[in-house]
Amino acid sequence: MSETNILKRIVRHRMFFPLLCLVLVLLINVIVTATQAGASPATFFQITFIKETGTLAGPLITILNRSSELVILAVGMTLVVSCTKGADISVGSVMVLSGAVSIWLLGFGTLKANNYQVESYVVPYVVGLLAALIVGAACGLWHGFLVAKLKIQPMIATLILLIGGRGIAKIVADGQINKVRVPSYRWLGNTIENSQGLNPLLLPTPIFVAIGVVVVAALLLRFTALGMNIQSVGINDRSSRILGLNSVRIIFTVFVICGMCAAIAGMIATSRIASVDTQNIGKMIELDAILAVALGGNSLAGGKFSLGGSVIGAITIQTLTTVLYSLSVSPDQLPFFKAVVVIIIVIVQSPQLRPLAEKALGGLRRLFGLPPRRVKKPPIAGDDGQVLDVEPEYEETNFSSGGER
Amino acid sequence: MTDTTTTMSTIRKKSFLGSLMARFYGNNFLLIITIVLFAGMYITGSVIFSNKNFGTLNSFFDMLNSNSALIVLAAGMTMVLISGGIDISVGAQMAMYCMMFAYFIEKQHVNAYTMIVVVLITGVVFGLIQGVLVAYFDIQPFIVTLAGLFLARGLTAMISPETISIQDPNFQSLVSMKLRFPFGGYYNSVGDYQQPFVYLHVVLALLILIALYVMMTWTKFGRSIYAVGGNQQSARLMGLNVRRTKLMVYVLNGFLAAFAGFLFCLFSPAGAVEKAPAYEMYAIAAAVIGGAMFTGGVGNVLGSLFGVLVQATIIKFVNFTGTLSNGWPEFIRAAIMSFFIILQAVFTWVRKQRE
Repeated sequence: MSETNILKRIVRHRMFFPLLCLVLVLLINVIVTATQAGASPATFFQITFIKETGTLAGPLITILNRSSELVILAVGMTLVVSCTKGADISVGSVMVLSGAVSIWLLGFGTLKANNYQVESYVVPYVVGLLAALIVGAACGLWHGFLVAKLKIQPMIATLILLIGGRGIAKIVADGQINKVRVPSYRWLGNTIENSQGLNPLLLPTPIFVAIGVVVVAALLLRFTALGMNIQSVGINDRSSRILGLNSVRIIFTVFVICGMCAAIAGMIATSRIASVDTQNIGKMIELDAILAVALGGNSLAGGKFSLGGSVIGAITIQTLTTVLYSLSVSPDQLPFFKAVVVIIIVIVQSPQLRPLAEKALGGLRRLFGLPPRRVKKPPIAGDDGQVLDVEPEYEETNFSSGGER
Repeated sequence: MTDTTTTMSTIRKKSFLGSLMARFYGNNFLLIITIVLFAGMYITGSVIFSNKNFGTLNSFFDMLNSNSALIVLAAGMTMVLISGGIDISVGAQMAMYCMMFAYFIEKQHVNAYTMIVVVLITGVVFGLIQGVLVAYFDIQPFIVTLAGLFLARGLTAMISPETISIQDPNFQSLVSMKLRFPFGGYYNSVGDYQQPFVYLHVVLALLILIALYVMMTWTKFGRSIYAVGGNQQSARLMGLNVRRTKLMVYVLNGFLAAFAGFLFCLFSPAGAVEKAPAYEMYAIAAAVIGGAMFTGGVGNVLGSLFGVLVQATIIKFVNFTGTLSNGWPEFIRAAIMSFFIILQAVFTWVRKQRE
C-alpha cells in the first residue's frame, strides 16, 4: 500500500514528466553515441580536460552550453505563458535587435568607415550590454502596452515585432553583417581567457549566465509576491483585479522580464560568432521556447507554472537536437520532429482528449456491432485510476438535422 | 396628420443617418480607411516617380503579377480571422506544395495536371488535421498552426534539400499563359510599345477571391462563419454546429493554401526549402490591413486584396527609391500593421463605450 502510494506520488509530481522526457532523450543519445564507431556507452558522459584552453569538454557540456540561450528564453516565456495565456513569439527578433543595437553602439560612427567591423570599442562594453538590456525592456514595455492597455491578444501583439524587429535590426546594421574584432567580445558566448590563454572558470561562460538568470528569477519569484501574482492573473484576470492586484502592472512586468531575457540571449548569440547576423540569429527559436515551456509540464493555457520544468524542457530540446544531428538529420529537417513533439504534447494536455477518445471508441464498437462498454462506477468517485464516464458539458445540435434538442 | 408625417420623416431621417453611421462604424469602416490609404499612397507614388512609370497600368499589373499567391492566402486568412482563429502555417505550406510540384514532376515524372489534384488533396488533408486539433481538441489555433508551420518546413526539406526548377513543358505552358490588354500601354525610352498583361495565375487568384466573397456573403456556411466568429455562445444557441464550422474553415484554408502554392509555383516555377519566407505574416498583415479583426466576426474578403496592394505599393516605393536597405519593407509593414491593430483596439473600445 505505502509502496504504491510513494510510486503514485512520484508519478504525480509535476517534475516527473519533464524529467522522464529528459531521461528518455538522454538514453536515445547514449544508444546513438554507442553505435558509432570506436565508442562505448560511456563516451556520451565523458568529460575531458583540455590543457591548451583550460576548459572541460564533452558532449554533456556542449549540450549545456548550446542550450543556455534557450534556458534563458524559457524563463521569460514561462512567465508570459503563465500570466497571459498566450506567448511572446517575438523573442527571436528581439534577440537580433538588441544584439544589433549593442554592436551599433560599440562601433558608433565608425562602422561604415571600417567596412562594418568594430576594431576597438567606441563606448565601453558595459554600455553596449546595458543598451541591449534597455532595448529588450523597451520591447517588453511595447508588448505590455498592447496587451495590458489595449487588450490585444499576446500572440497578435508580439507578431508586430516578430516581423518588424528583424527589419529594424537590418536597418540598424545597415543590411550588413557587422563583425566585432575585439577578442574580449567573444568571452560572453564562448570561454573567458586570462593572460595565459586559459579559462579560469573551467566551463563555457553561457552556462554561468544561464544559471545566473535562472537563480535570479527563482529568487525573485520565491521571495517576492510576483510569482503568486503572475499565477493569479493567469488563472483569472478579473478576479485578481477584484482582489486588488494591479494586473496591468503585472503584465507589464512579465513582458519586460521576457524582453530582457531575450536581450541577454541575444548578447550571448552575437558573442558566439562575434557578429550580428540579422538573418540567422534567433531564427525560429520562438517555437523552441514555447516547446520548452510545454515540455516542462506547464499548461499553455496559463495559470500555474514551474520554472524548473521549463529549464529541464529547454535542455531536453537541445539534447533532442543533438541526437537528431548525430542521426544525420539536416538543420532544415529538424523543425519536423519538433513539430511532431509539440503536437503530441498539446494533444496529451488537451482536456478534450478523454471524452473524444471514449466517443471514438464507442463509435468503433458500434461499427463492429459490439455492445457499448459498461463503465463500472467506483464506490468512491476518482478513488483509483478508473475511468469515470465523463459526459460532455453540452450536446451540440446539428444545424442540418433540425430542431433536435 | 401632418404631425405624424413629420415625425415619421424625422424618424426615417434619423434612422437613415443612424444606418449610415452604423454602416460606417460597422464592418466596412476599417476597409474604407485602407482604400483611402492605398489611393493616397498610389497617387503620391505616381507624382513622385512620374518619370519612372509608377502610375502606368503595366506597373499596376506588375503588382498583381508578383502577388497572385498572396491574394489567395490573404483571402483565406481573412476567412480564418473572421471565424475567430488564425493560421500561420500557410507560408510554409506553400513552400511545401511548390517542392511537391518540383520534386514529383521533375524527379518522379508525374503528369503536371495529376500533380495539381494531388497537391490540392494534400492541402485539404493538412487543413483537416489542423482543423481537428483546433475544433475538436480545443487547442489554441496559434499553437496548432505554429506546429503546422514547422511541420511543413521540415517536410519540405525532407522531400528534397536542394532547389529544383520545373522544366516540364505542360507546366511551362501554364506558366507562360497571359491575358493581354489591348489598351493602356506606353512607349518606353527606346520606343517599343509595352502592352499591359496579367498572367494566368492572377486571373485564377481573382476568380478564387470572388468565389470566396460570394461564399462568405451569400451562403449559409459563409454566414455561419461570421456568426461563430462574432460570438460562439450565441452561434451555438442559434443551433449552429460550432465545431464543424471551425473544422470546415481550416479545411477550406488548407485547400486555399494548396491553391496558393500552385499559383506561387506558376509565378516562380521551382521548389526550395527557403521558398516563400514569412508569407504567413504578409497574409496576416494583408488581412488586418483589409479590415479583418483578430477578435473575429468582422472582416471582408475583398478587403484583403487592398491589404495586398498596400503592401505591394510599399515594396514598389522601396524599389523605386533604390537606396534603402532591405530592412525597410519589413519595418514599414510592421508599422502599418501595428497602426491597424491599435486602430482596431480603439474601435472595439469605442464600440464598448457606446453600449
